[in-house]
Amino acid sequence: MSIRVNFTVNGSAESVDGVWEGESLLYVLRERMGLPGSKNACEQGECGSCTVYLDGIPVCACLVAAGQVEGRSVRTVEGLADGDRLDPVQEAFLECGAVQCGFCTPGLIVACHDLLARNPAPGDAEIREALAGNLCRCTGYEKILDAVRLAAARRAPRP
Amino acid sequence: MEFLRPASWAEALELKAEYPDAVPIQGGTDVMVEINFDLRRPARLLDLNPVAELSRWSTTGGVLRVGAGMTYTSLIRELSADLPGLAQASRTVGSPQIRNRGSVGGNLGAASPAGDSHPPLLAADAEIEVESRARGSRLIPATAFYQGVKRSALAPDELIRAFHVAPATGPQYFSKIGTRNAMVIAVCSFAIALHPRRRAVGTGIGSAAPTPRRAGAAEEYIAAELDWDSRAALDPRVVARFGELVAQAASPIDDVRGTADYRRHALGVLARRTLTWAWHEHMRERTTT
Ligand SMILES: Cc1cc2nc3c(=O)[nH]c(=O)nc-3n(C[C@H](O)[C@H](O)[C@H](O)COP(=O)(O)OP(=O)(O)OC[C@H]3O[C@@H](n4cnc5c(N)ncnc54)[C@H](O)[C@@H]3O)c2cc1C
Ligand code: FES
Ligand code: FES
Repeated sequence: MSIRVNFTVNGSAESVDGVWEGESLLYVLRERMGLPGSKNACEQGECGSCTVYLDGIPVCACLVAAGQVEGRSVRTVEGLADGDRLDPVQEAFLECGAVQCGFCTPGLIVACHDLLARNPAPGDAEIREALAGNLCRCTGYEKILDAVRLAAARRAPRP
Repeated sequence: MEFLRPASWAEALELKAEYPDAVPIQGGTDVMVEINFDLRRPARLLDLNPVAELSRWSTTGGVLRVGAGMTYTSLIRELSADLPGLAQASRTVGSPQIRNRGSVGGNLGAASPAGDSHPPLLAADAEIEVESRARGSRLIPATAFYQGVKRSALAPDELIRAFHVAPATGPQYFSKIGTRNAMVIAVCSFAIALHPRRRAVGTGIGSAAPTPRRAGAAEEYIAAELDWDSRAALDPRVVARFGELVAQAASPIDDVRGTADYRRHALGVLARRTLTWAWHEHMRERTTT
């Protein structure tokens, strides 16, 4: 048996057939919709590399059952850039050297994007807290913190 | 597998009555881990997300009724003043992503002895509202809800609808031991609630017995020892005795996260610390009012 799931992904209405009832949103995005930006690293909510927006709220896509997104709206890392223009958070990650192997990057980008939307000028403690659910095994996090600070500074309204 | 999507609470109860083996899924932060790792292959999933009322709270007769599906993030945002102990515990759950999905109802459904919502629910005398189509709804005191490791008083045809708890009338604190600040299953945890109007103290112990439990003897001892009307500092001997009684109330085991001895020791520390925080807050309030 299988189900059909209708939902909006990055602004476009989609309908996916043949979804197994126990399947995760992450699997549907990566394996059925050709959206491999969200990464699969742990499938247990520990690493945050699968972070996507569900109705505007960052969640681990590996822990959302596909059937639960029926009628709802999902935004993945693929949906952050404006055409060819990267989101300021994406640019800041590149410029600061916050990307090494890149596996953690999409999840971190979504988590940072959300943080800056809620709090345009976060302090270091707030950045650390907001990113506590995203693991990176390469960078040692310092460059990631630099990237968040840079993105925040650029987003800040100019005086 | 079948994926059931009730449109309302009544329909959810219907489906649970028809298929008692259906596994409810709210935030999925426990259920999906089990499915992803093939630890569980339920015949049916019962998605509670469409039942919007589960994510809301209300107040009736001075008592809060908090929907089982309310996420930790919403609870922290909306109920920190009324339920400070539970809000503190909620802040320690997982990570932002987990708190954005995970719910107290799911924590109750999983009934893990390490669930962080349990100690503050116990300390604040919460009651769990459960319901079945056949027998209607009933209120289970938190103390009677937890029945064993990952076992609760919930019947197979029942669903958890809400929990009921009075807003705090005194200081409440929660503390837990783990290896880092985020993403930590408690090695042990402790919650305290002072109820100055009735001169009572509530406690909850987590991760140090087959079920979350209260430390009854410690509660009675400290409620009698506290000088509720004065602003007197705590007698260190009384604080120490409270810590001992809390530690004695636990029946911990050795496991990967810690030894029984360590847990007992750490619980004593948490009990002394949270009592001191709570009493200082109580004194401050007396000074300012
Ligand atoms: C990475 C990670 C970190 C975590 N960290 C913590 C932590 O620090 N502290 C902690 O306590 N927990 C933690 N958890 C466990 C989990 O997040 C919590 O137990 C959470 O409260 C579960 O809520 P949920 O809505 O996601 O539950 P779900 O997974 O949807 O359900 C959990 C259980 O409850 C049942 N259930 C759900 N809703 C109902 C209902 N209304 N009626 C009857 N049964 C119901 C389900 O059938 C299932 O058995 C963590 C999990 C992950 C993946
Ligand atoms: S893959 Fe989802 S949190 Fe790691
Ligand atoms: S860049 Fe490799 S895990 Fe973060």
